[in-house]
Order: sequence, then C-alpha cells, then structure tokens
Amino acid sequence: MSIDKTSTPPEDHVVENPEAAAGAATVVDPRLLVREQGFAGYITEFKRKIKAGDLGSIPVVIGLVIIWIIFQSLNSNFLSANNLSDISVAMVGTGMIAVGIVFVLLLGEIDLSVGSVSGVAGASFAVLNVNHGMSEWLAFVLAILTGTVAGAIHGFVFAKIGVPAFAVTLAGLLFWNGFMLQILGSNGTINLNSDGMVAKLTTYYFSDVAASYGLAIAVTALFFLSSYFGNKRREAAGVPSRPVSETILRTVLLAIVAFAVAIVYNQYKGLPLAVVIFVGVLLVTDFILRRTPYGRKIFALGGSVEASRRAGINVEMVRISVFAISGTFAAVGGLFIASKIASANQGAGGGDLLMNAIAAAVIGGTSLFGGRGRTWNALLGVLVIVSIQYGLALQGIASPVQYMITGGVLLATVVIDAITRKTQKTAGRA
Amino acid sequence: MVHVSATPVLALRGVSKRFGAVQALTDVELEVHAGEVVALVGDNGAGKSTLVKTIAGVHPIDEGVIEWDGKAVSINRPHDAQNLGIATVYQDLALCDNIDVVGNLYLGREVRKYGVLDEVEMERRSRELLDQLSIRIPSVRIPIASLSGGQRQTVAIARSMLGEPKLVILDEPTAALGVEQTAQVLDLVERLRERGHAVILISHNMADVKAVADKVAVLRLGRNNGVFEVKSTSQEEIISAITGATDNAVTRRAARTSGEIKK
Ligand SMILES: Nc1ncnc2c1ncn2[C@@H]1O[C@H](COP(=O)(O)OP(=O)(O)O)[C@@H](O)[C@H]1O
Ligand SMILES: [Mg+2]
Repeated sequence: MSIDKTSTPPEDHVVENPEAAAGAATVVDPRLLVREQGFAGYITEFKRKIKAGDLGSIPVVIGLVIIWIIFQSLNSNFLSANNLSDISVAMVGTGMIAVGIVFVLLLGEIDLSVGSVSGVAGASFAVLNVNHGMSEWLAFVLAILTGTVAGAIHGFVFAKIGVPAFAVTLAGLLFWNGFMLQILGSNGTINLNSDGMVAKLTTYYFSDVAASYGLAIAVTALFFLSSYFGNKRREAAGVPSRPVSETILRTVLLAIVAFAVAIVYNQYKGLPLAVVIFVGVLLVTDFILRRTPYGRKIFALGGSVEASRRAGINVEMVRISVFAISGTFAAVGGLFIASKIASANQGAGGGDLLMNAIAAAVIGGTSLFGGRGRTWNALLGVLVIVSIQYGLALQGIASPVQYMITGGVLLATVVIDAITRKTQKTAGRA
Repeated sequence: MVHVSATPVLALRGVSKRFGAVQALTDVELEVHAGEVVALVGDNGAGKSTLVKTIAGVHPIDEGVIEWDGKAVSINRPHDAQNLGIATVYQDLALCDNIDVVGNLYLGREVRKYGVLDEVEMERRSRELLDQLSIRIPSVRIPIASLSGGQRQTVAIARSMLGEPKLVILDEPTAALGVEQTAQVLDLVERLRERGHAVILISHNMADVKAVADKVAVLRLGRNNGVFEVKSTSQEEIISAITGATDNAVTRRAARTSGEIKK
C-alpha cells in the first residue's frame, strides 16, 4: 500500500506511428523510484536525496553538534542547563528577525533594513509607554505595526516602482536608524519598566516542571497525530503514504529532542516564555508557508516570476506583503532585544544584528537563490550563531574572533547552498 | 482522419494582423477539427507564433473572423481564449523549478479545503491525469528541477489539460529535446488526439510533423501557402511550400488533390 510507485503499468495503448514508437523503446522508465516498504526503503530514499543534493538541515545539525562538542571540551560549563537556557532565550530576538528574512529570501530577495526597523520598534514602545504613559498593550501593538508599515513601504517601492530590493532596504536601513535616534531624543536611553510586559518577554519562566514536559508532550503528540491521520487520508485516497514505522521513528526522534530540552529547562529556571512564543511563531509560519495557497505563491515567486504571473498570481501583492511580514518580524525581534537589555538605546538595531539575522536564515538552510527554505531554518541558524557567541564569551575571547568564526561558518553554508543548487540541476538533467 | 463534414472546432477566416509597418499575417485561413492534429509549419518569421498568439488572445486580430464551433467569436484577451476552451503551451514552459510536479500542475488553481491546500486531493487527481495521459515521471513529489526536458514538457502539457480544453496549442514542444524525449512528447500528442482534443502543433521538425500530424498548414511570409494531407504528401512537397522554392508542379498537384489551397 505504501509503495511509492509512479509508473503506470506498461500500457498497451495503440501506437499508431512507428517512428514515435521506435523512440519510446523503453517502456518502463528505468529511473523510476520504487520505494521499498519500511525501514530499508527509508534509507534508500535518504541516500537518493543526498545524491541529488537535497541535504536539507543535515549540514547545520552536524555543524551545531561539532560546535557544541568543541565548546564543551573547552569549558565544561558550556552544556550546563544554565548556559543552554540562556542561549535559547538570547537567540529569540535575532531568531524572530531571521524568520522574516526567511520569507524575503524565499522570494530570492533581501531585506537590509530589518536591524534598523527592529531598533525603531523598541524605541517606539519605550517612547509611547514610558515617556507618554500609553498603555503597554497599545504601545506594544503600535510598535509592531511600525515595523509592518515600514516593511510595506519597502515592498511597495520594490514591487510597484521596480527599485531593486537591495537598494530600497539599504535606504531603509539608514532612514529608520535616523528615525529611531530622532524619537529617542537627546538623552538617548530609555529604561523599560522591569516588571512590564515587554521586560517579561525574556524574564518570565514557567517554573512549574509540568510546563516543560507538558509542552514536550503536546508538540510530540501534535506531530504524531497530524502525521498519522495525514497518512490515513493518503491511504484512503490511494496515494503513496509513509509507512507507520517511519512516522513512529520520526516521532521518537522528536520526542527525544523535546524531552531533552524540557529536562534542561527544568534543571534551571523552567520553561522560558520567549522560547514558547518563538516555537509558536515557527509552527504558525511553517504552516502558512507550506500548507496555504499564500505560502505556495511565495515559493512560486521564488521559483519563477514569469510562471507565477502566467498562473494568475498577483506578483506585486505577494511581494509587498512579504516585505510587510519581514518588517513585522523585525519589530517583534526588536521588542525581544529591548526586553533582554530592559531598555531602548541608541545602539539598538545596529552592530552585527542585521548580519546575524541574515546569516541565521542562510546557515539554517534557506537558499539565497530563492524558493527553498523553511522558517525552522531560522531556529537552527540562530542557535549556531548564538552558541558561537556564548561559547567564545565563556572563553573570554572578544568579538573580533567571534566575527571571523561566524563569517567562516556563513561562507561554508553559502558554499554548500551553491553546490546543492548545482547538484540538483545536474541530477535532474543527467 | 479529416472530418470534412463536421464543423471545425476552430476556424480562421481571412485573418490579418499588422504590427506597425510589418504585415505579420495576411488573409490567413485555418481549420482545426476535434480529434485532429494540425501542424503549423513555416520558416522563421513566417508568422506562426503570431497566428498562435491571435488565437490565444495575446494579440487581437485586425481583420477577419475567428469561428468557434461554427460561431464567430471575438478573442481579445488570454482570458477569452481560456474561457472558450483554448489552452496554449508556450515554448518557454513557465514552470517553477523548486516546486514539485503536483504543485506545478495546480499552480494558481490549488485545490483547497477550509482554505488550506488539499495536497492529498491534488496528488490523487495529478496521478489520475498523468496515468490517463500515460506520462511517466519518477515521482509526482519531486521538484521540476530534477526532471528531464521531455518530462518537463509533458508536465507543461498535462497542466494545460486540467481545464479540459477543446483545443490545445503547442509551440515547438520538441525543440531542444533528445530522440527519446521527443518520442514521449509525440506519444502524448497522439493521446490528446485520441481523447478528442483538437491540437495545433507548431514544429520545425518534418519528422515530427510526419509522425503525428493529420494535416499540415504551411505559412509563408504571413500568408497561407497550402494545407496538405500528411498521409498523401511527401516531405519534399511540404518543404518546397515552406521555402517557397517553387510555384511548381508539386505544389499545384498538392493544391489539386487537397483542394484547400488558398493562395
Ligand atoms: N510584437 C511584435 N511587434 C512587431 N513585430 C512583430 C511582433 N511579433 C511578431 N512580429 C513580426 O511578425 C513577423 C512574424 O513573426 P513570428 O510570428 O514570430 O514568426 P514565426 O513564429 O513564424 O517565426 C516577423 O516579421 C516578426 O518580426
Ligand atoms: Mg516563433
């Protein structure tokens, strides 16, 4: 039932004309991928994907493991619950921005303004809430909308006027940085209420041990049930489905990771709110990209703009909305970063933030060439970058070395991306 | 295989098209019946693509009449042609390399359930369609990037089949394909005919034309230069009509036997 076999049996359709028939001598395509049942089939399929250059997240996961082993051997505190928990909270700000970058990269475009826009969001919240006494919720929503609007403006200039996204968002980088400095005013730093809502984004932990385990169970169960019933539907419709053994294998792997994380959190302060929100965002964005018609349009544009246009896709609207999404996530990330330092200051959104956000998306496995990637890539990528930051900080190594190492990792990733692309092409045309 | 008595699905009567100083088409006549493959041949610049684009609604005609099922219609936009049941597969295929076969077949007209992509249903229908057309590809779930040129062409043609068109126009579907891949595409063209679609096939390749077409319509410098029965016409006759090497015995004879030559 679960044999992935696409061939029609060699049909005895009448070939009226001998010339064509002579050419079509091979009745059964030798390249048919007949997937054996069960575990062996899974391995065969896996090998085929590797050969075709379809590496997915494998390089980054291997890279992450190597990085962790190196830092752990240098300092046994690296893999402590305390450090891992801190890493996972610190990564959320950059990670949120990277989620927006994944959307833009899927179009094959770039957004250089996200650092500055994130700074504007933090500053807007601080000015509205602290200086003007606006309610936290309203200030929070307005701060995020600032990012949405900024992104939509970039998208409009790019899509409607045809200015390259690189140039529009470079202008945005300067403009929004100036805008932030302007609204922060002369004194430059605004401290946030340390018990306030934004501060809590990164300081709140669900200390009850049940929270971590509950989330781990929920995520695992959700995955299993959706895979299981998805497969049932496929079977019912008579299309190839995964063997149950494969679903179980995947579920077990996920459960191991989820519970390992839960155990680590419970050894320290508990489950961080920031991580819960981040995982929620990843689940929702992944669903939008891979399961909705809107997400399909984004991938289509990343594959071929001309094909998308002929298929009736409103290219301009998709472009504008994707930049608006990028701006929105930049703002959300900005609020998490402001939360971490409990203030909005003149340096916000600058430094290596932009580079780290783009690097995270790319290191995680999102293609620079458009049309390939998932928002989960942002999680993996930012985990690599923040792990390097924290690992080097534990060694007391200053940021110059950190920049060089992150640069090296980024280079390795884009090289893999370029090779993957080539391999896929040749695998297809061989 | 020519159904002289039946009303043609599509008939062009005295169609002309001008681009500024260029008279691209002059008084062109063409008839296509259901279950018939008409090859449209001619030298570069003869007006084949222009003719196809007038039918597909890309360039509205200046003069003449387009008849659909015997009734005069006006085709001013691609949408008009699609609504009539005309599907066109252009030479540049317009597929998304990064999306799988199912996704490409349904691009822009995805099957939804509660607003979410119904992948299972799209995959089921895709398999059904590909089976009906006997199209062989490694898997419907691999990206288009990993298909060969011939397989891509068959996917593009299958995509045009989703709207159940009455007329399918293929612009040079076998250009740039190898021998085996060409055969795959020609097989598919035959299957379209068996299913009762009318097919207009633009081709430069005489072997392809002889292999699948029922009739050959030759264009030369924007005018008809003969419509031939493929079975009773030699390759040389067609070629001389294309190149205009002659107003000679061959073409005159062809004119007498087919009785359809206008010019
Ligand atoms: N959009 C256009 N604008 C101006 N001239 C055109 C246009 N399209 C085609 N032509 C002219 O019409 C003539 C026929 O072209 P075309 O239909 O492309 O020929 P074919 O496809 O048979 O090679 C050529 O002289 C070409 O230059
Ligand atoms: Mg042409």
